[in-house]
Amino acid sequence: MTEQSYPPNLVTDAVDGVRKRHRKEIRFRLLGLSAILASLGFLVFFIASIVTTGYGAFVKTVVLVDVDLTLDSLGLEDGYTPKDLEEISYRTVARNAIRDMFPEVSGRSARRELTGLLGAGAEFELKDFVLKNPDLVGAPQSFWMTASDDFDLFNKGGAREETATQLSSQQKDWYRSLLRDSRVKTTFNASFLTASDSRDPELAGVWGAIKGSFFALGICLLLSFTVGVLAAIYLEEFAPKNRWTSLLEVNINNLAAVPSITYGLLGLAIFLGIFGLPRSASLVGGMVLALMTLPTIIISSRVSLQAVPPSIREAALGIGASHIQAVFHHVVPLALPGMLTGTIIGMARALGETAPLLMIGMVAFIADAPASVLDPASALPVQVYLWADSPERAFAEKTAGAILVLLAFLVAMNMAAVVLRKRFEKRW
Amino acid sequence: MALASDKDLAGHRQSQLAIERVVRFVLVSCAATAIFITLGIIGSLFFEAMRFFRDVPVLDFLFGLEWSPQTALRADQVAASGRFGAVPLFAGTALTSIVALTISAPLGIFSAIYLSEYATLGTRNLIKPLLEILAGIPTVVYGFFAALVIAPALRNYGAQIGLDVASESALAAGLVMGVMIIPLISSISDDIISAVPRSLREGSYGLGATKSETIRKVVLPAALPGIAGGILLATSRAVGETMIVVMAAGLAANLTANPLEAVTTVTVQIVVLLTGDQEFDSTKTLAAFALGLTLFFVTLTLNVIGSQIVRRFREQYD
Repeated sequence: MTEQSYPPNLVTDAVDGVRKRHRKEIRFRLLGLSAILASLGFLVFFIASIVTTGYGAFVKTVVLVDVDLTLDSLGLEDGYTPKDLEEISYRTVARNAIRDMFPEVSGRSARRELTGLLGAGAEFELKDFVLKNPDLVGAPQSFWMTASDDFDLFNKGGAREETATQLSSQQKDWYRSLLRDSRVKTTFNASFLTASDSRDPELAGVWGAIKGSFFALGICLLLSFTVGVLAAIYLEEFAPKNRWTSLLEVNINNLAAVPSITYGLLGLAIFLGIFGLPRSASLVGGMVLALMTLPTIIISSRVSLQAVPPSIREAALGIGASHIQAVFHHVVPLALPGMLTGTIIGMARALGETAPLLMIGMVAFIADAPASVLDPASALPVQVYLWADSPERAFAEKTAGAILVLLAFLVAMNMAAVVLRKRFEKRW
Repeated sequence: MALASDKDLAGHRQSQLAIERVVRFVLVSCAATAIFITLGIIGSLFFEAMRFFRDVPVLDFLFGLEWSPQTALRADQVAASGRFGAVPLFAGTALTSIVALTISAPLGIFSAIYLSEYATLGTRNLIKPLLEILAGIPTVVYGFFAALVIAPALRNYGAQIGLDVASESALAAGLVMGVMIIPLISSISDDIISAVPRSLREGSYGLGATKSETIRKVVLPAALPGIAGGILLATSRAVGETMIVVMAAGLAANLTANPLEAVTTVTVQIVVLLTGDQEFDSTKTLAAFALGLTLFFVTLTLNVIGSQIVRRFREQYD
């Protein structure tokens, strides 16, 4: 070979070019990584802000109030009956109690501000307390009472000025003096989980909504699981391959992508308009959700039927089982865990769905938990929507609290699906 | 002995056949439910919309520039005197969807590229389910987040740099909607990119291309039509999304292309028209069905075209 000499700048150019290309390579890779980090960062920010806001819904501020339970102040005479205890005006007793703690306050508006420190449910708390402990009647008692929502926000916000635009400076002073006497504390707010909706934020809870969601999901499960699984069995095991069944298949795939609000319109026009079923009932809600989840369940059930190897079917047919026996005795039981997994995931989606429920009138203010599927009901996501719309600031943390409850149910359902899949997954 | 049981056997077989016929009938009718749902959707939307179009001409609805249905509520007016020109709603829907897609398309596609080309199997198995969580969060939760956190933040930020951002803006709704759609785009893109055969990549490496050059000049061009199909599916999702826009976009019709202003969308108006307390047959409620019909056809078209493309490019090299 002859000695060949390259011009020197050709070599350095080439090296420079390679370096540049490698830097480009790193930049491109970082671009991909940052896309993922941005998405995940949003998720973290999202969950963190919901948790920090919603945490407040599970704790409440209570105030230690000295209540004068002497017969005189309760308006009772000796030899009172338990029935008399029920008829006392606890509203007045509670008001007097808080007024007695700040005797220097006078004037109508100042006294109204003072009683405004107590929550709207104070009288009922007091009544429950007295009815449960009738032997304490006759002497002054100290008693923890739920504070009003503005007071609650002020306390939980660390008593910073900007957290309490609703409180007057006088009310803030009372708060500080109560705090000095260690008469203010925060406790677990059990009523958030056991009470139903209310106009007063400190009384509002999610129980009615949970029950409504439970009824609706029950109806939805019943309808969509039976119909969905049977439809999947037909399509996968019995249907002839012709134009009709392929049309059916395309149809099901398209139904799965129809916007959920459309199902609400269908429910409004047909279930309410033609069948005349009651508005706002969880029965109708469940039916609409069932229509919506049906395509998802059919698709996932077909996938799990496809996963059962043909040898199972052939073995059953070979020893004389009819086609239906082979399918129902052998194939379906093997595919069932997969079908259940798909169903749970479908149910989780249905639980979070709001728009179709709004269409059939599940947006009303409902103060009582529904007793049956025909009663007007709310649902968890609808409750979130209603509270989010509410102008009172204290409802913001209630909304986030309801979201936490909703997310807890969703996480539990998805975990159940994962466990089920792990446990029964078979590799053929 | 054998003769006696022959008859039994025949009878047994008869009854079994009868049972099988019944079972088969039940199965067929369950499968047919899907058809009935479709017919129910189309039928109910179509008939109610036809009643609406008796009061308001189709062309006025599709091309009218003014939407103010509330005036139709007043008793001293004839039903059709509210304005039912849906163009502002279509424009608002388009605007929020475009904002959503400008967020989700780059993030989704780049996530998919990283996951399918760069990430190790362990990272991939960790990150994919985490991304899927974004798709599993209920939309009402996103709506709350958009209204409570994103919209005020945008407003404050806008005020700092001298921009007037409405408290309910298309930008806030679209941004959050975009985040919701990321997993949809990234999982479809991931499928499509993985379907591009190794031989194409190896040919490119053999010519001396770096990995990113291979991705940009070989893999992405091969996968692009399929990814476009996925974006059509995502568009359909954005157009049909309800709760985020109900809570974070506006309620009043506003014909604008500025994402900082409040706009209203087709789905928002359906909710607004149907959640009040009016009788079922008013022009106002019927208008909701006309909007629903439009929404159904637009999303159906996007879905059919999108899924056709995605399927073709998923199986292109099989």
